[in-house]
Amino acid sequence: MPILTKEASQALLKKVLAFSKADECEVNVYGSDGGNIRYALNAVSTSGGVSQRTLVVSSAFGKRSGVATINEFDDASLEKVVRRAEDLARLAPENPEYVSVLGPQEYLESKTFVEATANITPKERADAVAESLRISKENKLVSAGFLENSAGFAAMMNSKGLFAYNTNSNVAFNVTLRTEDGKGSGYASKGYNDFRQLDVTKATTVAARKATGSVTARAIEPGKYTVILEPAAVAVLLENMLFAMDARQADEGRSFLSKPGGTTRLGEKLVDERVNIYSDPQNTDLPTSTWGADGRPQEKVSWIENGVVKNMYYSRFWAQKKGVKAIPAPDGMIMKGGTASLDELIRGTEKGILVTRLWYIRPVDPQTLLFTGLTRDGTFYIENGQIKFPVKNFRFNESPVIMLNNLEAMGIAERTVSGESTQHYLLPPLKIRDFTFSSLSDAV
Amino acid sequence: MKRRDFLHFAGIGISASLMQSIPVFGSPITVEEALTPVDVALKKRMSDVALNAARSKGATYTDVRLGRYLNQFVVTREDKVQNTVNTESYGMGIRVIANGSWGFAATDNLDDDHIAATAALAVQIAKENARLLKEPVQLAPQVGYGEVSWKAPIEKNAFEVPVKEKADLLLSVNAAAMQNGANYINSILFVVNEQKYFASTDGSYIDQDIHRIWPTFTITKIDPKTGKFETRNSLSAPMGMGYEYLVPRQQDKIAGVTTLYKGRYDMLEDAKAGAKQATEKMAAKSVEAGKYDLVLDPSHLWLTIHESVGHPSELDRVLGYEANYAGTSFLTLDKWQSKKFNFGSKLVNIVADKTQPGSLGAVGYDDEGVKCKQWDIIKDGTLVNYQAIRDQAHIIGLKESQGCCYADNWASVQFQRMANISLQPGPDNKSVNDLIKNVEKGIYIIGDGSFSIDQQRYNFQFGGQLYYEIKNGKIAGMLKDVAYQSNTQEFWNSCTAIAGQADYRLGGSFFDGKGQPGQVSAVSHGASTARFNGVNVINTARKI
Repeated sequence: MPILTKEASQALLKKVLAFSKADECEVNVYGSDGGNIRYALNAVSTSGGVSQRTLVVSSAFGKRSGVATINEFDDASLEKVVRRAEDLARLAPENPEYVSVLGPQEYLESKTFVEATANITPKERADAVAESLRISKENKLVSAGFLENSAGFAAMMNSKGLFAYNTNSNVAFNVTLRTEDGKGSGYASKGYNDFRQLDVTKATTVAARKATGSVTARAIEPGKYTVILEPAAVAVLLENMLFAMDARQADEGRSFLSKPGGTTRLGEKLVDERVNIYSDPQNTDLPTSTWGADGRPQEKVSWIENGVVKNMYYSRFWAQKKGVKAIPAPDGMIMKGGTASLDELIRGTEKGILVTRLWYIRPVDPQTLLFTGLTRDGTFYIENGQIKFPVKNFRFNESPVIMLNNLEAMGIAERTVSGESTQHYLLPPLKIRDFTFSSLSDAV
Repeated sequence: MKRRDFLHFAGIGISASLMQSIPVFGSPITVEEALTPVDVALKKRMSDVALNAARSKGATYTDVRLGRYLNQFVVTREDKVQNTVNTESYGMGIRVIANGSWGFAATDNLDDDHIAATAALAVQIAKENARLLKEPVQLAPQVGYGEVSWKAPIEKNAFEVPVKEKADLLLSVNAAAMQNGANYINSILFVVNEQKYFASTDGSYIDQDIHRIWPTFTITKIDPKTGKFETRNSLSAPMGMGYEYLVPRQQDKIAGVTTLYKGRYDMLEDAKAGAKQATEKMAAKSVEAGKYDLVLDPSHLWLTIHESVGHPSELDRVLGYEANYAGTSFLTLDKWQSKKFNFGSKLVNIVADKTQPGSLGAVGYDDEGVKCKQWDIIKDGTLVNYQAIRDQAHIIGLKESQGCCYADNWASVQFQRMANISLQPGPDNKSVNDLIKNVEKGIYIIGDGSFSIDQQRYNFQFGGQLYYEIKNGKIAGMLKDVAYQSNTQEFWNSCTAIAGQADYRLGGSFFDGKGQPGQVSAVSHGASTARFNGVNVINTARKI
């Protein structure tokens, strides 16, 4: 097992630091044990198990720094890797933006590790997939899916006395079911820290219902429509907005948050006042690490509050230059939802389109945060509060900023996984007016 | 999407905290170590430990990949070197067939006991999965080559060039851009070396040394009054070459509205031009949406080929193995079987080639020990073949694999990845001007930009770096806010002209993403400038 306990990590890192002769030294160690199983055409295709552990040493002399790594842990190797980092640091050009390592920090307790997930066996993975295959075959569908679990740890220590430790576990399951004639397709994706929360039967059943329900989709004209985006569709658009909330980019005038005259939209209303987006490492439904790789504590941070841009994230250098708190980028994202279920959102919709999933999201214009991409694996027309018929997939060209200004309603937030970045989030389904579909796709 | 991951790792993308959950492709080491390959005899001995252990546990086939994957990247902005990193990842991946099923396990602990235990785990996983099989894996026969080796034909190993020299080059590129009006420039040099050893129970022991390089930059121009900004990316191509790619040669330059590059790249010259063009873009006319004849430079067209021809002709996608993630394909087997599926106009000939010198996909042998080759995918506009690996070859009636198997790391299981897929030059040596002179209303597009395509590869949208309006056969100035949308079959059937061999160049993807867990691969796409008539262009300008 490559996972080290807190005490063992501390002892190892102390030993490594004792070899250091640099002005500053910071050491990270991390490792994981994991396994995955992949299936397609109603049968298992590839699967595997990987375990690895890595030690990273960063050394600095003044503003010259170097990084070296090793995956052997005997004393001679530990000394060797420290000498190597120091050699690189001596040769490196001076980086005027180098910032001294952090001193000791206070961290909240991380709740990211669940023993049950760490103990998953190849047999349990195969059993879960067997259940998914059973539902697929019973419904005369063709399935392709992926189940992956991992358990890992990370620890760091530096010459100023900082020490941080965390363990984490994750399971992710996603499945696409298609009809045998290829005319219908449905998708479901779930991810948790605790394997016991994963309901493969339920997820596969949802995908099966969408697959059979999406056969013989009708073509309707592209244009502006009211849409209900399921959380998986919300995730891939909102994460791109969060990824673009870097303060330096905004201050330099090359972000959607930049304004004429060199100022930013920080503190200004950007989207509908019902929009609240934040991160919280201790949220029980989405626990994330309470510290980042450079040792900064992760705390609860509001990014958009009542529609107003509340915070941007900073590198330590840029925060120092601007004289502000160095808020790190978050490890997860939560959007406060409403109280309506997805079914209730549909029932409250006179005319609209239900979108299961968005796919191949790419930036078109960073200035307006315009993105393009397509609907996929279950797109349905809603009329008078009911799903009437499946529709052919659309390409969209839309900005999450415009989208969040066109907010009609929000459902209950739930844990979801981005199909693009594989990050986990807690997001509600959203009802949006005037969502821009620019062309039709023949893809099923 | 994988490029983004790589940038996270470089510490210039998002934040350290998001980096934690991103797959890391290696660990930093010194250059000197990277230059000393692992002894071949030792690699053979370690491989035999794995082969024997797997056989003793009941594997009927085993292959071992002992890989050392080296990356170096130098990251700069304006007058600062932000990061110089050397990474190494060294370990062993063992793939077996037991009870008719695939199993895979990997380890970076390379003592005999751990290798044997990893082989046993691979067999255990295979046996556990065998109950979920419909039919046993059927491998195309493959001769063992004995002990052989292959080295990329590079002139100058980029890992041997001092980091300082690379940093100085990037800083001079940045200075040139700033002197020519850029507000910001980020420039990066990526260098990759794969030292791969493959052994299998077929009797092959294959030692390979593969090199890749990608210099690139993004220039940003800002108008502080309006708050508007424009960017212009490098027109370089990632190449399967050594450092010689960065030593300019006059015969590799193609003159035109901007200078374009063949087998050598003049980064300094491109940065100067790029800064001026970013400024010019600020004042360019916003495109009027509608139908245009598009003249597409190879620095742009490679990506359209990659997405609309390369991916749909991958046999695993056609069969449904990628249905849950990358998607399936509209190029279904019945279309291939009919022998008359009209993919494109008669001019369109597209070739798969794993041997093309200087390309990203060129290797001697693929990652399941198959010697590489070239073959037709589209012949005179008709679909004639796919890209397959050993366990798929029988499905399309092949007696041997086409050699398209690849894993991005020792810890990743190998699977079907794209060969270099290239559009062949036109037959009559047309020039770019020949293509433009007959266009009444058109756009000449240079460089790759935004790209998106559906999961069966019908509907796509592409942007570029530079857009020039063509009016009555002549370039009439710069446009902006341009993207075109089309359907793959309609698009390739609208191809009315392809320039000659003299204009043929490679473009490519350094980080093409596919698979679960996700893997990257690098692949080139060659083309000469080509014309497509009556394509739908949209205007992408918005207000927020």
